[in-house]
Amino acid sequence: MNRISTLFNSTQEPILNVYATAGYPNFGDTMLVLNALQEGGVDIIEIGMPYSDPIADGETIQQSNQVSLDQGMSVTHLFDQLKNMRQSISVPVLLMGYVNPVLQFGVERFCQKCQEVGVDGLILPDLPLAEYQQSYQTIFEQYGLLNIFLITPQTSDERIKQIDSISEGFIYMVSSASTTGAKTGISSDQEAYFKRIDAMKLKNPRLVGFGISDRESFMKASKGASGAIIGSAFVKLLGSAKNLREEIVGFVKSIKGLK
Amino acid sequence: MIDAGISFHVSEKGYYGDFGGAFIPEMLYPNVEELRLHYLEYMMEPSFQKEFHFLLKDFVGRPTPLFKAERLSAKYNTQIYLKREDLCHTGAHKVNNTIGQILMAKRLGKHKIVAETGAGQHGVATATVCALMGMECIIYMGAIDIERQAPNVARMKMLGASVVAAQSGSKTLKDATNEAMRHWINHPVDTHYIIGSVVGPHPYPDMVAKFQSVISEEIKWQLQEKEGRDYPDYILACVGGGSNAAGAFYHYLDEPRTALIAAEAAGQGVSSGHSAATTFLGKPGVLHGSKSLLMQTEDGQVIEPYSISAGLDYPGIGPLHAHLATSGRAKFFDITDDEALEAALECSMLEGIIPALETAHALAVFGKLGAKPDEISVVNLSGRGDKDLATYQEKLKLNP
Repeated sequence: MNRISTLFNSTQEPILNVYATAGYPNFGDTMLVLNALQEGGVDIIEIGMPYSDPIADGETIQQSNQVSLDQGMSVTHLFDQLKNMRQSISVPVLLMGYVNPVLQFGVERFCQKCQEVGVDGLILPDLPLAEYQQSYQTIFEQYGLLNIFLITPQTSDERIKQIDSISEGFIYMVSSASTTGAKTGISSDQEAYFKRIDAMKLKNPRLVGFGISDRESFMKASKGASGAIIGSAFVKLLGSAKNLREEIVGFVKSIKGLK
Repeated sequence: MIDAGISFHVSEKGYYGDFGGAFIPEMLYPNVEELRLHYLEYMMEPSFQKEFHFLLKDFVGRPTPLFKAERLSAKYNTQIYLKREDLCHTGAHKVNNTIGQILMAKRLGKHKIVAETGAGQHGVATATVCALMGMECIIYMGAIDIERQAPNVARMKMLGASVVAAQSGSKTLKDATNEAMRHWINHPVDTHYIIGSVVGPHPYPDMVAKFQSVISEEIKWQLQEKEGRDYPDYILACVGGGSNAAGAFYHYLDEPRTALIAAEAAGQGVSSGHSAATTFLGKPGVLHGSKSLLMQTEDGQVIEPYSISAGLDYPGIGPLHAHLATSGRAKFFDITDDEALEAALECSMLEGIIPALETAHALAVFGKLGAKPDEISVVNLSGRGDKDLATYQEKLKLNP
């Protein structure tokens, strides 16, 4: 079984997924960040592959993408940095990015590399369901990669059911209509939305993303789902941290409520 | 010239050959899907057609003239007609599409509009129809473009639009488009995104091409009146994203006697590293919701383009044009900044028409086309040059 499914099957605690832009704040920091996240007690790590035109992302992640690219990051360099990842990292790892760099690397070669370094799944927000089914699904499955789909408050019940039927691992529940980092906190409207989805009795667990920045919003989001995803708030910390390892460990512990 | 069996019209799945599709985040899916399901039906409604054509006639001033450019014809020893889209209200063809899309927005129940703009022509055309219909309007424009197209920024503001500067990346059209898409992601329920070119996710390229196709629809009967045949030997248009070219080519896509000629902005030269000539420099890739030809690094990062003309300063091209280029149906020419400037001056001096810098790229093709004396060419004179006067003043040394 995939590491992601194993995780969801084995824990009752709220699951914390943290997003970190690869090669940020410095080109060589990727593995340091991953190790510190795991040390702090993160449940899933989502590594952002930087892209020049990340339209689903807000300013914070956009800027980190640009800094990383300016420092020379690329898909090839990332796989190189991750080649011994599984010697120290045991939690599930996802790669998040946009479809064009994957296309240029070559979809099959990309998936093969993911499998080699021990990546468990992919989040490609601009790869829609229909394109996935037509041209990507067979290759992803061949290399044991889960494709994580997004749903939003505007996604119809019918489409949610369709996404649920094709998903494995978890569904990424976008908390509100927005780009990443645009809004913070969880409102009562959003809680109602989480409840509505919960009542649909989907086969896949959900993680809530967008607008989660601290323990309070993490716990609130986790009430209507299996856990939550933190992106922009963590990238901000990466951008300003004086002692990277220590602050990352502290951040994860504070979200998880660990001492 | 045209292989039997190749279609130049959009497929059910939103593709032109290998190009097109709808590569959009799930946040935009409900809006784009609603549009995809209904755009043809809404456009065909008699009430829609009636209002669309009424506004094109009485508000835009259509039909635009097809003017025989005698002195240009004499200079190049061939027959040259100018399709005067520069005479449209707001000064360019862009308004044909914004009229269509604002009517579409009404039928979709949206009451706010977001749009991107490069040269500012699409921004002005969008702000204009929003004023006409009393809708709130937000225009994203690259910070660099705001500087080099200041008169259009003032026009948009006077028309009541908010103009927001895109500060990321190259601070031009690509980045304005990113920001407009992000705005739409953040406001999906009440807002319609009026894309200004034949780019973006399906059905935008087809919808915009259909609204712009009024250009070639008119050329057909106008040429019939003047020449006794409804097709030219050549149709010429500039291509950034490609909306004016799509409109000028549309009714001739399947006409084997008409050669389709596209002019791309080579900037300082195709190999100079400062260019926007996508069909020469691009590879298949995904940007702004569709698969097309795209200027990009080996790693798939989008390359920041360069052109003196803000409207052509774009690293991609509409999927229809990518298909026309790779299939050989259209012939693409690379035109440098200097060639465009020279053509703009020539058209001004010989015909009394100051063209937009974008349009000047199409006019510059005559120096390379080799059209015969009895052959007929129609150039889509897509916009007027008022907005470019500061650039013309500087580059053509027109200061007193």
